[in-house]
Amino acid sequence: MSNRVLMKGNEAIAEAAIRAGCRHYFGYPITPQTEIMHYMALRMPEVNGVMVQAESEVAAINMVYGAAAAGARVMTTSSSPGISLKQEGFSYIAGAELPAVVVNIVRAGPGLGGILPAQGDYFQATKGGGHGDYRNVVLAPASVQELYELTVEAFNIADRYRVLTMILGDGTLGQMMEPVLFRDEEPVESFDKSWATTGTQGRREHNTIQSIYIEPDALERLNSNLQAKYRRIAEREVRVETVNCDGAEIILTAFGTCSRICKNVIRQAAEIGIKVGLVRPITLWPFPDQAIAAAAGQPSVKALLDIELNAGQMVEDVRLAVNGTRPVHFHGRTGGNLPTQQEILDKIQVLARS
Amino acid sequence: MEEKVFSRTRGLTGKPFHYCPGCTHGIIHRLIAETLSEMDILDVTIGVSPVGCTYNNYEYFACDMVQAAHGRAPAVATGIKRVHPDSMVFTYQGDGDLAAIGTAEIVHAAARGEKICTFFVNNAVYGMTSGQMAPTTLLGQKTTTSPLGRSAAVQGYPINVSEMLATLQGAVYIERVAVNSVRNINRAKQAIRKAFKVQQANLGFAMVEILSTCPTNWGKDPVSALKWIDEAMVKQYPLGVFRGQEIEVGD
Ligand SMILES: Cc1ncc(C[n+]2csc(CCOP(=O)(O)OP(=O)(O)O)c2C)c(N)n1
Ligand code: SF4
Ligand SMILES: [Mg+2]
Repeated sequence: MSNRVLMKGNEAIAEAAIRAGCRHYFGYPITPQTEIMHYMALRMPEVNGVMVQAESEVAAINMVYGAAAAGARVMTTSSSPGISLKQEGFSYIAGAELPAVVVNIVRAGPGLGGILPAQGDYFQATKGGGHGDYRNVVLAPASVQELYELTVEAFNIADRYRVLTMILGDGTLGQMMEPVLFRDEEPVESFDKSWATTGTQGRREHNTIQSIYIEPDALERLNSNLQAKYRRIAEREVRVETVNCDGAEIILTAFGTCSRICKNVIRQAAEIGIKVGLVRPITLWPFPDQAIAAAAGQPSVKALLDIELNAGQMVEDVRLAVNGTRPVHFHGRTGGNLPTQQEILDKIQVLARS
Repeated sequence: MEEKVFSRTRGLTGKPFHYCPGCTHGIIHRLIAETLSEMDILDVTIGVSPVGCTYNNYEYFACDMVQAAHGRAPAVATGIKRVHPDSMVFTYQGDGDLAAIGTAEIVHAAARGEKICTFFVNNAVYGMTSGQMAPTTLLGQKTTTSPLGRSAAVQGYPINVSEMLATLQGAVYIERVAVNSVRNINRAKQAIRKAFKVQQANLGFAMVEILSTCPTNWGKDPVSALKWIDEAMVKQYPLGVFRGQEIEVGD
């Protein structure tokens, strides 16, 4: 059984979290994602859940740290400037191996920037942001339906690996309304949380959640375990969509909102006789480098063109994946502007002719 | 017949403390641990360790423990308590941790009336990082970052955290104690017990500020350090109940 509802992207995230069994939400208002908080403020009491408006993003992520340590499914959401403040907590969550879900509805930066959509936080999301050697799983939805589904999945990934999982959206996705197909019941997996600090209840030795290891060998052991876990995630959790890649002349690479524009460009290009394909990473970390290398490696491919709402961030990973076998070009817009289909098509025509 | 009149509380793991000679952090640990054991709440308690000399007191308390980032213990405790409202949650924090980097977290946890206990250890310096000025450093006090003595004109004034938090409605019990004499230690134990009783009764936020020694960074021997609490610290930080005097806690 399932039903279809028209929903704003931000609300779909909130509803998905609740259906995934999240009963604890901590946040601080910031545009363009505050609807998530509004929704939680109303919905959480209905399901005996808790929504706390924290005094800052720093406090919110540390509340997440505490709730995750206590064994709960927990989420915080924010937008770029707030996500910068949360980086301290991300690093501690990684070190303490806690499961948590974080949503970043990215806005244009740097600094206070603007409230319009952007993808300028790709580096911050995928390459760290906080201190130390750690990884967050980063999911990049491209529709309201996918915001819903990937939010549910984010909780499962977080619990499966005891890792922070981030949804990286942007203002367009957060604000747009699209129909969402809900399943009546989400397949919520259950996980062993015997490590959590719940109070011993007299039934076990006491548990400790910590990220500090003064002994170098102990800390190196933690790091080796983390890296082994990240390798497992990289082997098992890569998600990618490929469109029209077989025998394409030009391969576009794009995630989130940009990938929607690219899909329209593929049709327009076909009308003028150029076969264009798209590789859309759904997981930004782990990055689908094999899918990109495979698409790029076809004899038909002349070049790749990466489209982003930033000055060129994911393109670095695309270049690593392609490893010099084909030229990789970039077109991006910043400040909250979106590239037009015509802009992209013009670039494609130049590349196809050369 | 020999009678056993004192033994280590089961609230402590038994791992030897790593604190300097004459440091009273250890006494405070024992008082908290004894209280958890005597109130029979050890099994339902989750403590939060700070960043400071006591960063690893999760090794000493025999209950579930979470180590927090510098100053964030009240936010971490909020997360824990909201997940397990029937548990007992406490934070243990130094004055750098609570009154400098974690000022926002403590003020808002208190204002929200989080049902947690905070044990705020005021030793007027940053102990762990070798004696820098804390927000609680006294005027005239020499530290490694106020080598000429704290001057109001240059470094401003000490923060009286208990008095400040006592203005908040959510902070239902606030008391300042010291652990530099038998009498004061007994008084401190009563305050710690009252804080947990307040939490047990779901009344709101409770904090006990504890004046504590740091002989190492004060440049004093243990005995003069105990004296300095009476001679200097208590003048800036008077002992007493700042909020919740009227709350009666039974045995
Ligand atoms: C974000 C961050 N900043 C600075 C430090 C370094 N640091 C460790 S302990 C400490 C001061 C602790 O002083 P206090 O809270 O008074 O505790 P005490 O050692 O005196 O008990 C500082 C600044 C840190 N660990 N993390
Ligand atoms: S440095 Fe000061 S506070 Fe830290 S253990 Fe030594 S005496 Fe105690
Ligand atoms: Mg101190």
